[in-house]
Amino acid sequence: MISRLSIPNAVKGLPVPGWLGDVASVWLAPALVLAALMAAPLLLSDFRVALLGKFLTFAILAVSLNLIWGYAGMLSLGHGVFFGLGGYAMAMFLKLESAGGKLPDFMFWSGLTELPFFWAPFQYAWFAIPMTFVVPAALAGGLGYLVFRSRITGVYFALITQALALIVSILFIGQQPYTGGTNGITNYTTIFGYAINSPTTQTVLYYATLATLALTYLLCAWLIASRFGRLLVAMRDDENRVRFSGYNPAALKTIVFALSAGIAGVAGALFTPQVGIISPTMMGIVPSIEIAIWVAVGGRGVLLGAIVGAILVNGAKSGLSESFPAIWQYFLGLLFIGAVLVFPSGIMGLLRVEGWRRPEWLSADRLPRFAARVLPGVKR
Amino acid sequence: MEVWASQLFNGLSLSSILLLTALGLALSFGLMNVINLAHGEFIMIGAYTTYALQQVATHYTGDPQSGITFLVAIPASFIMAAAAGYLVEVSVIRFLYRRPLDTLLATWGVGLFLQQLARSIFGAPNVQVVAPDWLSATVSVTSGLLLPMKRIFIIGLVLACLGSLYLYMYRSNEGRRMRGVMQNREMASSLGVSTRRVDSFTFALGSGLAGVAGCALTLIGPIGPSLGTFYIVDAFIVVILGGLGQIPGTIMAALIIGMVNTVFEFGTTAVVGKVLVFAMVILFLQWKPAGLMRARGR
Repeated sequence: MISRLSIPNAVKGLPVPGWLGDVASVWLAPALVLAALMAAPLLLSDFRVALLGKFLTFAILAVSLNLIWGYAGMLSLGHGVFFGLGGYAMAMFLKLESAGGKLPDFMFWSGLTELPFFWAPFQYAWFAIPMTFVVPAALAGGLGYLVFRSRITGVYFALITQALALIVSILFIGQQPYTGGTNGITNYTTIFGYAINSPTTQTVLYYATLATLALTYLLCAWLIASRFGRLLVAMRDDENRVRFSGYNPAALKTIVFALSAGIAGVAGALFTPQVGIISPTMMGIVPSIEIAIWVAVGGRGVLLGAIVGAILVNGAKSGLSESFPAIWQYFLGLLFIGAVLVFPSGIMGLLRVEGWRRPEWLSADRLPRFAARVLPGVKR
Repeated sequence: MEVWASQLFNGLSLSSILLLTALGLALSFGLMNVINLAHGEFIMIGAYTTYALQQVATHYTGDPQSGITFLVAIPASFIMAAAAGYLVEVSVIRFLYRRPLDTLLATWGVGLFLQQLARSIFGAPNVQVVAPDWLSATVSVTSGLLLPMKRIFIIGLVLACLGSLYLYMYRSNEGRRMRGVMQNREMASSLGVSTRRVDSFTFALGSGLAGVAGCALTLIGPIGPSLGTFYIVDAFIVVILGGLGQIPGTIMAALIIGMVNTVFEFGTTAVVGKVLVFAMVILFLQWKPAGLMRARGR
């Protein structure tokens, strides 16, 4: 019973590629995507590149969620928090650099007279930049340790991380003097002495983000191919069996959750200087669950899928939501439903060598039963 | 002393709304392993049903404070939310049994859709339902302790719902079938219980209860398309603390969370109160990972 519940059919039903499919999906396709993304600044306008740079940070975030959801079977609905924490750590550094030794403007407005002690070390890049990884990883590690130790899995875990998203976002809104409240932290002027809004700086940031994405991809691909990765998949499919084989699932899960949160934090750190603001609206329940839809659309359990999904969904969002906000909301709602009902293996699943596999509920032998249910007078 | 008594009373009324919301979640998880993130939107449907009914009544009678309208709105909210729940069950959720994480995402999509629908129909700004005169009064218990009639009414309404739910589950054939399917789906099915029908009915019932909660919420404050999201996370915390799918546990947990939340908020601020409650629940789960009550093994 337990094992049947814990295996998502979508993941279980994924076709396994042969070695040709393996080579194509692990090396060839990512190389093509990378080449396209490297060429993008040469072909697109500054505005589009800035947008794409933002999407790339979302792609890193989606890869981090895919690592724990697609492979380890843990759906975190709080990944926006980790992204936000990384973003805030970076924002503190940028804000202090821009303030040039004075008190940041929003603290002054909130009536603070001196810099809070936990802000002070963030004026040094050697402290702030590692912290974009360490702070979210530590939070996830601590929460994960408590949660996984009591063998809380599946939907419980998802709901607890969702509660985390709510709690942290209202906490940041409430602490106006220290976090900038609802407005978040914005108005940076320089990064390492360079004007932050200049096209050159933005292009450098774009390539830095792309490099980070590529490194993240390689790290995750290496992890998944390793013994650790196989344990993650084994845990997703039957946690008890892994436990009885002498491994400690709680420790494995805590490590991978913390790692994933750390990567999400780095994504947030790259987001802040490119977009120019970090605020609690990036960390709440709604943005956090949207990350899951990027991964689901791209294809969970396929590393490249998260990247493709993040870029496509966000591209559609910025295209549709600006001109037709109402239609975007309906579309997003239907996307959530469709992504699990109709194409559970996502775009990457459709592109597999074996082609599209029909979902179980659409299979031909179930149609008569379905007809019997909806059509009056047709008996089973 | 009186301040504390009135705080405790507010806690009790918060608990009762949480309870009404959490009951539906507990039912649908206990029966079908379905986590319904659109549950908050059934609250919203109940609230807007009340609002729409009042608009219609005002249009014909010219008196927005007609007390009868509100009494009619309670069953109307139940029916509208239950009908919406039934539709969601037969169109989306029935395809996702045994995939709890997927239901979570699909129902979130349903929720987004319903929110936007409400925005398209009623507009994005919040609207206000005018409470009937007889609910706007206060009852003075002692000279310093004034209890608002609205809150007393909400507590009474929730008790009535609990009583009806008890009668339904333990004194009716439908309810007996429901408990049978909850305890052992395969066995109930082989004894001729239509588990599909029970699933849809139970889901509709839980949604209906959320609709009643929405109707009650119109007494407390303005309502808007994203009304449900404010309550849904708290309701889930209640369900987790109570033990997923356990009705008595859910009742206890709702009482505890509502009270503790109010006490913490009173002692500190609303935000710190919520953080403390969250930390408390996480620590409690260290001690009892399955929540207050756990399902007996079979």
